[in-house]
Amino acid sequence: MTEPKISIRNLYKVFGPRPQDVLSKVKDGMGKTELLKDHGHALGLNNINVDMAPGEITVIMGLSGSGKSTLIRHLNRLIEPTSGEVIVSGEDILTYNAAQLRDMRRKCMSMVFQKFALLPHRTVLENAATALIIDGLPQAEWEPEATRWLERVGLSGQGGQYPHQLSGGMQQRVGIARALTSNSDIMLMDEAFSALDPLIRTDMQDLLLELQKELNKTIVFITHDLDEALKLADHLVILKDGQVIQQGEPQHILINPNDPYIMDFIADINRARVLRAGTVMTKGGDTTGLSHEADASATLEDLIAASDGNTNVTFIVTSHGENVGTLSMTDVVKSLVPAHTEVVADFRTSR
Amino acid sequence: MANFDWIFNTLGLREWCDGDGGGGNAPLSMADLLAKASGEAPETSLWNTPFPSMDVLNDACSVFPQSRSVALGLENGFLGIKDSLSAVLDPITQPLSWALHNALWFFETTPWWIMIPLLTLLALLVSRSWLLAAFVGGSFVGLAFIDYYDYTMQTLAIIFVCTLICILLGVPIGIAMSRSDRFQNGMIPVLDMLQTLPPFVYLIPLIFLFSVTEPKLYGIAIILYAIVPVVRLTNLGIRLVDEEVIEAADAFGMTKRQKLYGVQIPLALPNIMAGVNQTIMMSLAMVVIASLVSAPGLGVLVLRGIRNLELGVGLLSGLGIVLLAIILDRLTKAALARVNAAQKS
Repeated sequence: MTEPKISIRNLYKVFGPRPQDVLSKVKDGMGKTELLKDHGHALGLNNINVDMAPGEITVIMGLSGSGKSTLIRHLNRLIEPTSGEVIVSGEDILTYNAAQLRDMRRKCMSMVFQKFALLPHRTVLENAATALIIDGLPQAEWEPEATRWLERVGLSGQGGQYPHQLSGGMQQRVGIARALTSNSDIMLMDEAFSALDPLIRTDMQDLLLELQKELNKTIVFITHDLDEALKLADHLVILKDGQVIQQGEPQHILINPNDPYIMDFIADINRARVLRAGTVMTKGGDTTGLSHEADASATLEDLIAASDGNTNVTFIVTSHGENVGTLSMTDVVKSLVPAHTEVVADFRTSR
Repeated sequence: MANFDWIFNTLGLREWCDGDGGGGNAPLSMADLLAKASGEAPETSLWNTPFPSMDVLNDACSVFPQSRSVALGLENGFLGIKDSLSAVLDPITQPLSWALHNALWFFETTPWWIMIPLLTLLALLVSRSWLLAAFVGGSFVGLAFIDYYDYTMQTLAIIFVCTLICILLGVPIGIAMSRSDRFQNGMIPVLDMLQTLPPFVYLIPLIFLFSVTEPKLYGIAIILYAIVPVVRLTNLGIRLVDEEVIEAADAFGMTKRQKLYGVQIPLALPNIMAGVNQTIMMSLAMVVIASLVSAPGLGVLVLRGIRNLELGVGLLSGLGIVLLAIILDRLTKAALARVNAAQKS
């Protein structure tokens, strides 16, 4: 296991006039509603522990009010925690003074915002170069850099325009270019695609994955949309009422949800498109006499298409050219139904 | 026998009241005089019982101060600190006198055939509108034609200096207010007072403090009256800057100074400009009143119109002020519209 790039340890955030005084009550297990009713303090985050590996996309998912936006703002200290540690590249950033913090924000972390938050009085090019301009670089240095990233996100030739002249999707491309131009290892994305319409959102997700393949940044992505989370996540963290209720590999969470809240969440998604052969296969297994092959990263939808409707097929699942397991179509079809609905079905047939 | 004698009697203060020889120093009112002449104290029914004001209580007890002594005390108090106050304020405000003096000199001595084209050109540059520039040029030509050129230039010079100083002082105050809630809460009552106190009222202490021959006398009056909108709207403008943009500025590591000059002021500019527009309008209103304390310009003519009942002079000079107001208002609004167009979000 590699050293995590960002590591959050025992993080608490209490909003109110005297957060330190009620912190011990939270640590003793007082709940959100009780705290608000009896002490007038709102519990933002409750004992968060998350490790984020370098070069991975960590998606933090939760409904509004779950504390996900509060959490991401702790990573660059736009919000100060009540207690806990945030360790970035081995250093606890909570010990940083104002100058160190500014330096970290300029060079190590960049952020993409839900409502784009571009500077309306600066051109697209100047917006994209924000981080370098803040750092005091001359125009001769920031201009080619910003132009390069604008081109990379598909906005070549638009540098002279003002943000209000662009559509929402294009404005967010500027937001991404701005984050990339800073050349930081870490990108924080706060509901970056939530304000865009569905087709453009898919485009932007593809763009992000493509960029990630090439750049290998550590990305922290906030979303309330499960499909988006499953598409992007290497590591998925699910928040509810300021607490992490489950985290891990998204496929694993999908197969083994440990909380009714998550079961509700995943009940509506298209499992065929999300689950992968590697997740539902039987490890090892006898491969003799089998002709169909499938990659471990293929979705079940791909397998169904490949089987041509023949339910007797059993696939050999391969990863990097090696056989890793087998997967019968029966298992494929079974895994399309979430675990708890199976129980309901059993109950119906037995009556 | 006066009303409310019983108060002093029951409190056992009768002796204190009469101790001074009784009614010696207070001047008699007309009613007292009448009562004395008819030889009897007026009987008052319960219905007519007066409010126990200072004057009425003075009737009952002559040692009790009359209400006029409140005003007198205030006046004496002010006269007491006047010398030390003007010793402090005089040198501080001297640059204002100097600035007004020079501006008046500049506007008056520049020949009309330079000044009118210059102002027209300035209007064109600010508004980028030929129509407005033509209106400005035409207005000045018209005012010069009826021999009001000098007065107009004096008024313009005073407004120019006072507005400039209002901006130089008001914008930083507004910024400070936007940064500190406590400072804002302290400043708002002061601004409210400046805005609602009748302008005639603060002319009076200023006359005591400064020599009437000094231009700063009216300069201060105009600035005090006109600075309020630019302060308020700077504060408001900066507080209204989009929260998320400020967050983005922080997230990319801007220093406070970079944030102020690079984000907050540019985004608050439309509001600040609206404040400047209001400040100009208010200083134009005040420049007329300030002619009561020797401010030159069109206000002098208005004053002449009132004093000598010269209807024509009053109307013409009033019209001149309206023209100036329209010109300054349209020009600042044109500038504002250009700022707005550049950064609509």
